[in-house]
Amino acid sequence: MPRLSYRKALNRALADELARDEEVFLLGEDIRVAASAVTAGLLKRFGPERVRDTPLSEQAFTSFATGAAMAGARPVVEFQIPALLFLVFEQIVNHAHKFPLMTGGQCAVPVTYLVPGSGSRTGWAGQHSDHPYSLFAHVGVTTVVPATPADAYGLLVSAIRCDDPVVVFAPAGAMEVRANVSDPAPVPLGRGRVHRAGDDVTVVAVGHVVHDALAVADELAGEVSVEVFDPRTLYPFDWDGLLASVARTRRLVVVDDSNRSCGIAGEIIATVVEQVRLHAPPQRVTRPDGAVLPFASVLDRAVQPGREQLRHAIHHVSKDG
Amino acid sequence: MTGVDPVRLYRTVRLIRRFEERAIELVRSGHIVGGIHPYIGQEGIAAGVCAALRPDDVVAGTHRGHGHVLAKGADPARMMAELCGRVTGLNRGRGGSMHAADFAVGVLGANAIVGAGGAIVTGAVWARRRRGEDLVGVSFLGDGAVNEGMLLEAFNLAALWRVPVLFVCENNGYATTMPVADSVAGSIPARAEAFGIRASVVDGQDPAAVHATTAAALARMRAGGGPEFLEAQTYRFDAHHTFEHTVRLDYRSAEEVERGRSRDPVRIAGSRLSATDRANVDADVEAVLDAAVAEALAAPEPDPATALEHLYASGLTARTGGG
Ligand SMILES: Cc1ncc(C[n+]2csc(CCOP(=O)(O)OP(=O)(O)O)c2C)c(N)n1
Repeated sequence: MPRLSYRKALNRALADELARDEEVFLLGEDIRVAASAVTAGLLKRFGPERVRDTPLSEQAFTSFATGAAMAGARPVVEFQIPALLFLVFEQIVNHAHKFPLMTGGQCAVPVTYLVPGSGSRTGWAGQHSDHPYSLFAHVGVTTVVPATPADAYGLLVSAIRCDDPVVVFAPAGAMEVRANVSDPAPVPLGRGRVHRAGDDVTVVAVGHVVHDALAVADELAGEVSVEVFDPRTLYPFDWDGLLASVARTRRLVVVDDSNRSCGIAGEIIATVVEQVRLHAPPQRVTRPDGAVLPFASVLDRAVQPGREQLRHAIHHVSKDG
Repeated sequence: MTGVDPVRLYRTVRLIRRFEERAIELVRSGHIVGGIHPYIGQEGIAAGVCAALRPDDVVAGTHRGHGHVLAKGADPARMMAELCGRVTGLNRGRGGSMHAADFAVGVLGANAIVGAGGAIVTGAVWARRRRGEDLVGVSFLGDGAVNEGMLLEAFNLAALWRVPVLFVCENNGYATTMPVADSVAGSIPARAEAFGIRASVVDGQDPAAVHATTAAALARMRAGGGPEFLEAQTYRFDAHHTFEHTVRLDYRSAEEVERGRSRDPVRIAGSRLSATDRANVDADVEAVLDAAVAEALAAPEPDPATALEHLYASGLTARTGGG
C-alpha cells in the first residue's frame, strides 16, 4: 500500500480539487513557492490565476475571498501561522459566516481556510503556537481538525466542496504522520471516527493528540479497555457517534490541545452529561486557562496536554463508581 | 454634463429622499426597530454613480446604505419591508437597514462594518471577470473608512491585480461626530494615489457632476485601466443615526448645518427639470412610496420557527439553545 504523509495528503487534496473544479483557486502568502510545502507543484500545474501569492494583507485577502465566493468561486486561503486567524476572525465570523443568513439566503460563501502547522511547532513560542479551533466552533463556523493523512485528504476535499466557510486546522503535531492510504477519498464533514474500540472509557481526542490517545490506550490495554473517538469535525460535531460510544462505556475523558475555559472539551463534556448518566465524573486534559506557550521546550511541553496527564485522567475516571 | 437623462437623476434623488423621510416616520412610529442612518443630503452620490453603472455591475454599500440599494434598482417596497423586518423584505427580514442586499440587481449588501466592503467587492469583481464577464464594481465608503487599515489593504490588492473597482468616498465631513479635519492625516484622494490609483474629486451635491465624473472613470476602468477612486464632497443633513436626538450630541453648529442644507441635491437636480416634469416625478415617487409603506406594513412577520433559516448554505441545521 502506498505511504502517504499528512502534508502530501493536503497537497494532493488541493491538486485534485483544482483539477476537478475551475472555480477553485488558492491564495495566500508564499504559496507559489510553497513555503509550507502544502502547495508544492501547484503553480506549475495550474498557473498564477489559480495559485495566487498575496501581499501581506490578511484582512483584505480574507475578505477578497469572501467576495469571490459570493460571486461563485471556491477560494482556499492558506494561512502561514495559526495566529493570523486572530487578525481575520472578524472577516470570517462577521462577514463570511453571517452573509447567508443576513441576506436571507441570497448568497453562499464557500471559502476554505487552511492552517497547516496549527498549535505548537516546537521553538516558535508565544505568537506562533495557538490552536484556536474552539473559537470557530463557538461561533458556528464549520471547523475540522484532521488527525491522519487519510482524514487530512478527505476532510480538505469535503471542506472545499462545502457551500459554507470551513476552517481546516492541520496540527503541526500531525503534519509528519505517515500512513498507508491506498485510495484517498472524501470524508464527510460532521462525522467522527472510532480509531480503537474499547469498553471501559471513551477518550475523545482532537487532532494530533489522537496519536497520543492511541499510544496510551495501547499501553493500558491489559488494565483498561479504552475506546478512542476522534470527532474529526468540531463543528458540526458528531454527537450521535460520541453518544453511542459513551452510552456503552459510561466514562469520558477529553483530550484537547487548546485552552481550558470555553474550550471544545468543556462543550463535549457538557453535552454528554446532559444526555448520559456517567459512572464517574468526566475529565478533561487541556492547556491551562489562558495559556500562552512559553519558549523553552520543557515549558512548551509542560503547557500542552501530555500522555502522562491523559493516563492519569483515564485512571481517575476508571477508579470511580 | 451630458449622457444622462436629468429626469432619471432627479427621480432617483427624490425617491431616496422621500424613502428616507418615510423611513424616519416609521422609526418614530415604532414600525422600524433599531433606527436607521439617514442618507438625506447625500442622495446625489448614489444617484449619479449608479446611473453610470450597468445592471450587471456590482456595488457594496455602507451602514448608510439605503441610497445605494435603491439607486442600483432594488424594489422600494421590498426594501421598506426589509426595514420593517417583514418576510417579504429583500433579505426576508434577516438583514434590516444595515444589511440590505439585492443580488438580483448587483447589490452585494450594505455592510455595518466600516471599511469592509472594499475587499469584498474587489474579490467579487475579480472572480466574475476570471470567468470572462466584463463587469465593474463600486465600493461606497465614508470618510471614516479611509482610516481603516483593511480598506488600504484592499486598495493595494485592487491596484496590484488591476481589478476594476471604483472606490467612492462619500466625504460628509464626519465619522459619527469625528470631524474629517481631526481624523484624516494627509488628504483623502492621496490615500488612493499612494497605491497608484487614479483619484478624482467631485461635488457630491450635484448628481449630474457625479454622473459625469463616474462615467469617465468607468470608461477608463472598462478599457482596462484598473481601479479608480472618487471623493464626493457632501453633507449629512440629519443626525448620524435616528437615535441621536435621544442623546443630544453637540458637534455641529446650527449655522454649519444651515449652510450644508443650502446645497440640497434634490433642489439642484430638480432645478434642471420643468415644473411639470418635477411635479410628475414627485407624484409618481409619492405613489410608489405610499404603496411601498402600505405593502411593507401589511406584510407578515417571519415565522419565529424559521429564525435560523439560511444560516448555512450547505443545509446544516444548528442545535437549539435548549431548555
Ligand atoms: C469598523 C467599525 N468601527 C466603528 C463602527 C461604528 N460606526 C458606525 S458608523 C461610524 C461612522 C462612520 O463614518 P463614515 O465612514 O465617515 O461614514 P458616515 O457615517 O459618515 O456615512 C462608526 C464609527 C463600525 N460600525 N465599524
